[in-house]
This record gives sequence, structure tokens and C-alpha cells, in this order.
Amino acid sequence: MNDAVTLPETAEAAGPLTAKDYKSAYKPIWCPGCGDYSVLGAVTRAFALVQVRPENIAVVSGIGCSSRIPAYTSCYGFHGVHGRSLAAATGLKVARPDLTVLVACGDGDGYSIGGNHFLHACRRNVDLTYIVMDNHVYGMTKGQPSPTTEPDWDSKLAPGGTGVRSFHPLVIALASGANFVARAFSGDPNGTAEIIAQAIRHPGFSFVEILSPCVTFRPEQRSWKEQARPSPVGPTGDAAQAARRLMTDDGFNIGVLYTGDRTPYPLGPRGTRRSIAELEAEFTL
Amino acid sequence: MKVISRPESQSRTGTASPAGEAATSISIALAGSGGSGVMTAGNLLLDAAAKAGLYGLMVRTSGPQIRGGEAAALLRLARRQTESLDDGFDLLLAIDWQNINRFADEIPMRASGVLVGDSDEGEPPEVFLEGGARFVSLPLKKIAKAIPGSWINMVALGVSGALAGIPAEALEEALRASWKRAETALQANLQALRAGIEAGAQIEGVPRMTIGAAGAAPAAPRWLLSGNEGTGFGAVRGGIRFVAAYPITPATEVLEWLAPALTKVGGTLLQAEDELASINMIVGASYGGVPSLTATAGPGLALMTEGIGLAVGAEVPVVVVDVMRGGPSTGIPAKSEQSDLSFAVSGLHGDAPRLVVAPTSIADCVATTQWAVELAETLQSPAIVLSDQFMGQSRAIVERPADPGFSAKRLVVEANAPDFKRYRDTPSGVSPMAIPGTPGVVYTADGLEKNEGGIPSSQARDHMTQLEKRQRKLAQYDYGRWWADIEGEGDAAIITFGSVTGVAREALSRLAARGVTVKLVALRLLAPALPEKLEQALEGVRRVLVVEQNHSAQLFRYLRAMYDLPGKPASFHRPGPLPMRPGELADVILEWRQQ
Amino acid sequence: MSRAGPKAPRTLAEFMQKALEMEIEASQRYAEFADAMEMHNNREVADLFRRMSGIENRHAEQIMAEMGWKEPPPPTPGGFRWEGFEAPETIAVDEVHYLMQPYHALTLALASEERAERFFAQMAEAATTEPVRKAALELMGEEREHVELIRQWMQKVPKPDRNWADDPDPPRYTD
Repeated sequence: MNDAVTLPETAEAAGPLTAKDYKSAYKPIWCPGCGDYSVLGAVTRAFALVQVRPENIAVVSGIGCSSRIPAYTSCYGFHGVHGRSLAAATGLKVARPDLTVLVACGDGDGYSIGGNHFLHACRRNVDLTYIVMDNHVYGMTKGQPSPTTEPDWDSKLAPGGTGVRSFHPLVIALASGANFVARAFSGDPNGTAEIIAQAIRHPGFSFVEILSPCVTFRPEQRSWKEQARPSPVGPTGDAAQAARRLMTDDGFNIGVLYTGDRTPYPLGPRGTRRSIAELEAEFTL
Repeated sequence: MKVISRPESQSRTGTASPAGEAATSISIALAGSGGSGVMTAGNLLLDAAAKAGLYGLMVRTSGPQIRGGEAAALLRLARRQTESLDDGFDLLLAIDWQNINRFADEIPMRASGVLVGDSDEGEPPEVFLEGGARFVSLPLKKIAKAIPGSWINMVALGVSGALAGIPAEALEEALRASWKRAETALQANLQALRAGIEAGAQIEGVPRMTIGAAGAAPAAPRWLLSGNEGTGFGAVRGGIRFVAAYPITPATEVLEWLAPALTKVGGTLLQAEDELASINMIVGASYGGVPSLTATAGPGLALMTEGIGLAVGAEVPVVVVDVMRGGPSTGIPAKSEQSDLSFAVSGLHGDAPRLVVAPTSIADCVATTQWAVELAETLQSPAIVLSDQFMGQSRAIVERPADPGFSAKRLVVEANAPDFKRYRDTPSGVSPMAIPGTPGVVYTADGLEKNEGGIPSSQARDHMTQLEKRQRKLAQYDYGRWWADIEGEGDAAIITFGSVTGVAREALSRLAARGVTVKLVALRLLAPALPEKLEQALEGVRRVLVVEQNHSAQLFRYLRAMYDLPGKPASFHRPGPLPMRPGELADVILEWRQQ
Repeated sequence: MSRAGPKAPRTLAEFMQKALEMEIEASQRYAEFADAMEMHNNREVADLFRRMSGIENRHAEQIMAEMGWKEPPPPTPGGFRWEGFEAPETIAVDEVHYLMQPYHALTLALASEERAERFFAQMAEAATTEPVRKAALELMGEEREHVELIRQWMQKVPKPDRNWADDPDPPRYTD
């Protein structure tokens, strides 16, 4: 724990926490039918599985429909600016290693404007859990293609489709050094909860891409529940094997796909302590 | 508005030091290229001056090459603390002349000045001799070659040290203290140093500093540091324990100093992938309760604006150091300018009040940064510290500044406080903050506008309440006496900020010696504006001259927008890369006074 | 995917725990739907879902009373899945629409009760102990009653017309 922060002594509450203890009183504004409702349920269930107290969890997000999630939990929340949630979360976790930090946003926030921070967060391997609610579209700004949108999806900003190959976040995460790579599906909230809990427990940077259909702009995504399937093979710790699987993956294999053993970014105080007076001595003549 | 422009930096009132007399200050430039080591020699000369009990200042300048380029160390040594370069140089010692003419504007030679060069390296560029300076030739390379294993810059150090009147002991001690290589090489270089001293002692006509008993230290304790180091120290002393940053000229040394220093006090520095990450990382860390800082320059500050706005909207304290350099865009990275002021005081979208402070000297970088930490933490606001390349990258011998005692004091709510509202409107505008980990008072920090409970709101009433709160908390705070340095008396006043303060102080002291008294207001707090305090400071003043180092008179226009200034305010402004000089400014002030 | 028939729990307690879990999840899901409908100003359907949530909650309370449980036993690790990702009586999140009408809501409720009935029928068939078989049959009967009730309810609500989902206003963006 960082010396700069002194926390009050508090009594432990009685009894185990349930998913309900992690929900706030605020009702989501998401369109009825949105996959994010399930993700919220899965997140609260995951917290109940790991049994960390709500005040010791911080949920950090950016901008977009999915990024609304912090206020719907009873944890500390940080609703920052577009695309920078990984940076804010990194600063928070490095300064406060005692907190459990969950980063949550959508595919636009995470893979477009947030793309650069995504690469470096995977590289840096700070102990964070990153869930991206991927609906292959920019929901909040009315339906533009996102980096994971198929090249031929028609929209106002890109009639006839962008023609640009979609982003493969799991491959990028693996290549950049993420220590845990998984895919979940909002239609399976129990499975998603298990995966998120595992991700939280796994040291280093854990990445979970969650397919979460957008009922308003991509109603055709209702077919995802027919396409999403448990991954035919279990997770591998072999990055090369994982890379082969992910490069040939069709985007619907659900489960933990890779669990690495990279050393996480070192947290907490290091080296010998010195006083401020000793620092001043460097200048003194 | 009255604008006085002065494209050439030439002074009529600058004193030409008469040859041979004891000087109160001497200005020396050491120049050379291609690995001649003039920076090292310059640093050692400054170290030696410190050991001899002098004060001084060293500015570095160089060409664009990474190594092997032309470079010059510009020093001013003096008996009293000095915060600016003088009007001209008494000595230019060049190991060679390759591309040294690039420094002609930065090294104006006095009429009485002396150029010393290596006889084998040809004639100095004409431009240095135009003002009347004379050229003395020394076989520097031959001297160095005669001592196997020695470096030519040690000969140069000896020559310049002797010419300046620095005792040999001080020069030798400086060399020994800095030596990190083999002992045999040290001996060779000590020899070269002595040879240089001997050679330099032969040259006539350069004013020597009168040093007291050799090595006698003055009564007051002193420091030797750069502005960037001082900024780092002030930050740590103020309570900063987390830094995330991306390197950029001329701020990188702040980070280089902070990296090991923070570890020593239990903090962390993290190198971010870019400035967008830097600002968001420190906002995140500060949200977690840890005082946080980043350091950058103009281009980086531009990238950070959205994140700084987030700190305003979510009321999260952060300190952002901007070591100003030539702008706009990539501009002139290694040169100083005061052209980020407008951006710092108003460059955020929306109505976004924020703190902007500016240290007035290299020594003041410590206290002002420390102050910025206290202000940011107390007021739960971003604070931009406007330093500049001149202060940041120059080293100075200064009187040890007293610890002003500023430190991070965040208003924090206790666990399970009843009816906690993170953004509750309070008379001071500051509402207690919940630190993550504290039970019963969880909240979501947000850039969205919110109600007092922190729930996003688009309601008129909530927007007005929060806008008023954020403005009031800065406007109502008692900034004490640190907001400005107010010196002298008179019905005419100079208003300035940052490194120009040192130039102004010297100009005014010269004018005072001639019976002309002018008041000086050196602003340390630039935002928020404090009209009442400035009015008080300017009581009895009938006209003001705003002095600054930028092309568009940013401070002048800002003051006119935010304050009522007496009479017809005038502006003297000049952009970088050349520093303002005391004589030049004194001339301008005289002329202005006579109008 | 191979489908060996589901195994029925051996003890009555284990079986009733499953039944209870079904009711609790269904109740919670209806409550979430009610909240979402309220937020989207679909008052009628919100009220309907709220009622359904209350009904399921009463079923849950009945089970707990019968079994003498003060607190529900811990839920199935990994979640209760049956013919899909969730419990038999839980309506999938993507089935609702902000303009849906009571008839739609009842259609969903009907389907969920029918699934529950099917589940208990399967349990009765697969039961290896008598108490479990008896309980399964009983609950199956109850679900059949619920199915009937909902069918009757559906008679009383208007059928939606073809353009029930038409909204002349385009979606808005707010961030």
C-alpha cells in the first residue's frame, strides 16, 4: 500500500458477499435487450466469487454505452475520457496496489482511440482485469463501424462497408504480452462470471473480450447465441499454440484461451528508503 | 497599446568591464565541436566557482546533432546571486571554430572582450570581432598533446579558470570530485589543467573575479542545481509520490531526477507510452489518493488538455509541469520562450478554471512546484507549473532557499460518513473526497457534469451549482504572499513572470544605481486572476510596462483582459530563442519612462 | 453436442435447491426487466414484469417455507444451465424491446413457464429416488397451472399490431 494514503481501520462485515452487494441503486440506461445488462450481472457475480469488498474494488471506464458500468456497481468508480481507461487504471493500480482494479469499456473506446494504450497495457502486464464489451459498433454515437465491425457492414459514415479488415483483439493481446486471454459471451452470464473471476485471480494483465450484442444498431447479432460455443479445447499456456488457435479462430470460441506465466509489473515500494534531507544533500555545496 | 520592440540585443547602458579591474561578475563562453567536451569543462568551471565561494549560472547551447555537434557553455560568475546572463561576454574560449558562428547572437562580445582560440584552428569568425573584441591565440591542442592521456577541454578549463581568477585549488578540487574514470587519466588531466592555468595566467586584459581567501565559503549555505532538478525536489518535498511521464525536451531531466528520488521515498515513476497516457495515469493515481505529477513541454501539454479537463471536471488534483520552449508546434525544442501562457490559462474546452503558477528563478522552481502541490491537493484541481527551458536546463549556484513548508493536504471524508455527497456544494467550494478503500462512501468520479451526489446530470441547476463551485474554490482561496514578488517603489511598475524576473531585477537594480526607481511585480500565480491583490500591489502606480518573452504579448493581453491596469499599459515583448538581457531591458524601461 | 439426459438430484434438498434457484433467478430477471422498462417509460410492461417478479418471489418463499430454509442454499457452482446458458425459467436478456407490449411480455412468460414444466417433467422421469420424483411431479403440475393462468391472461390483453416496433424518432447519442 502506498504510504501517501492512510485508510481508516474498519470492522469486517458479517457473512459472505453476494452479487447483490455489488450492485448500486442506479438503473442502467442501456436499451432493453442490450448484452451489457448480462455483463453487469456477470461482473457482480464475479466479484462475489472472489469476495473482495466493494470499497476495495475500483471499476474504471472510458466513454460509450459499456463505459457507463461503474456507477451501476457499488464499488469505487472512475468514468474517464474516451479511450484512456487503461491509462487511468494503470496509474491507479501502480499507486494503489492494494486495490482490485477492473477496467471496462466497449470496442470503440478500447480498440480504436484506446488502441495504443491497449498494446502497452498488455506489454506492461500490470495486474489489471480488462473487459471489453464488443458489439462490433459504436453504439453511443449512433451506429458507426468500429474496429471490430465486419468490412462489409453498411452504415451512414461508411456506406457499403469500410472495406477495412476488422481488428482481432485477442491476437493483438497475446502478441503484446497479455498474461490471460479469454472470450466470453453476454448471453452466458454464468460462464462470463466464471471467466471474469478467473481473470481477476490471474496475476498480470488479464483480457476478456465479451461479445455483447447491440440490440439497437446490430439487431442481427441476436444470432450470436446460436454461434457462440464453448471452445473445443481448454486454455493453453503455450503462446505459440495460442497464437495458432487465435489466428484461425472464428470469433465465437468462448472460454479462457490462454493463461501465461509472465511476471507481472512490479508493484509496491522498492529499494532502500531515504529521507527528503538526504535528497537535498545532492544539491548542497 | 504601446509596443516597444527591440530586435537586436544591444545595450547602451550595459557596463563595459574595464580591463584588469576586479569585477563583480564575469561572463565566459566555452565553445567547441566534435567531442571537445566544452559542456564538461563548463560544468567543472561552475563547480570550481562554487567551491571558491562564488555564485554563478551556466546555460548550455548546441547544434542539432546528437553528438559531435558544435556546443557552447555560457557562464556568468558573480559575487552575488545572479539569475540572468549579462549583456555581453568578457571571454570566448573556443577549442575550434567549426559552426561556432551559429552562436553569434547568443554570445555578444563586449568591446573589451577577449577571444581565445587555438592557433592551429584558424581565425575566429568575423562576427565575434565586430564589436571590438580582440583575439588571443594559444596552442591548446599542442599543450594537450604534450600530456599523453589528457583532454583538451581540461586545458580550456585551466585557461578560462585562470582568466576568471578562480584559484587553482578550486579548479583541481572540482576535477577530482567529478572524476569517475582511471586514476592515471585523472593525473594526466590534472596536469593538463595546470598547463592551461599557466597559459591563461599569461593573458592580459580580462577582468578577474576577486575571490576571498581561497576556497572561503560565504556565510550563507548554498546549492548548485538546475531548475529541472529543483522542480523535482520541490515536487517530492510537497508530497508527490507518483509520476507518469513521457520524455520531451526540455523537461526530461525533471523525470530523470525524479525516477531514483521517488523510489527513495517510497513512490514510483512510470514511463508512459505517450502524453495522453501520462495525464490519464496521474489522474487515475490521484483519484486513488496519491499526489501525482507529470512534466512535459508545449507539444505534450497540448496532448494533455483533455486529461487536464477531466481533472477539472472530476475535481482530481494533479500537477502538470510545462517546461516552456520555443513554439508553436515543434518549434525550437532546445530554446526558451514564454509562449505557452495563453494556452495554460485558457486552453481547455468548456468553462474550466485551473491553477497556473510560474517559478521566478532556478531556485524558485523548488518552492513554486512545492506550492503547486499544496494548491492542487487543497483545491482538488489541476495545477500547471510554467517553468521554461532557460531555468530548467541551466545550472546555478544559489543561496539555499528556505523550505516554505507547503505540503499536500487533501480534504478527505471518513469511513461510513452519513449522507456523503462527493460533489457537495460548500462555502469554500471544496468538498471532502472519498479515497478508494474507504467503506461506506463509494462514488464514481466523472468527467460528465453531475449533481452533488456525483450522478451524471444535464440539469441547469446542477450545471450552475458545479460551475460556480469549481470557480469559487479557486477564486476564494487565500493565496497569501506567494502569489507575486513585489519589490521596490515608484509610480511606474514592471509586471512580468518566469525567468524574465531575473532580468528585470538586474535591470531595475542598475537603474536604481542611477537614481531611477521602478516597482517590480513578478507574478507567481497566473490563474486564477486576483484583481484585488494586483490593485493593492499597484497602489500609487500610474503606468505599467508588461515584459515577457513571446511574440504575441500573451501576458499583456491576459492582464488587460483580467485586470484593470492603470494609465496606458505598455508592452515589451520579444520571442525566444535569445534571452532578454538586463542592459537591453534597462534601456527599454528608461525610454518608456521618458515618454 | 452429445446429450446424455440430465441427471436428477438424489436428495429432496438438492432438488428443491434447484427449484428454488430457478425461482430466484426468474424473479431477479423479471425485476431487472421491470427496471429497464421503467427507465424507458414503458410503464405498462414495467408493471407487468414487476408483478411477475413478485409472483416468482412468492414461489421462492413457498419453497423456502416448505423446506424450512431461512436463507437460500448456495447457488449451483458455474450456474444452473438447462437447454441453453441459463436456468429453465429465466428469460434471456435479449428477448425484450423498449416498445414491447404486454402481449409480448406474456408470450415470454408463457415460454418460460412451459420450459419450467418441461424441466420438471424431465426431472420426474430421471428421478432415482421417490421423494424427488414426487416433488418433481408436484412442481410440474404447478407450472402447468401457471401456463394456464398466463394463457388466460393473454386472452385479456390486446394483440400488438404489425408496426408495434416503429419509432419515428432515430436513436439519440448522449456522450
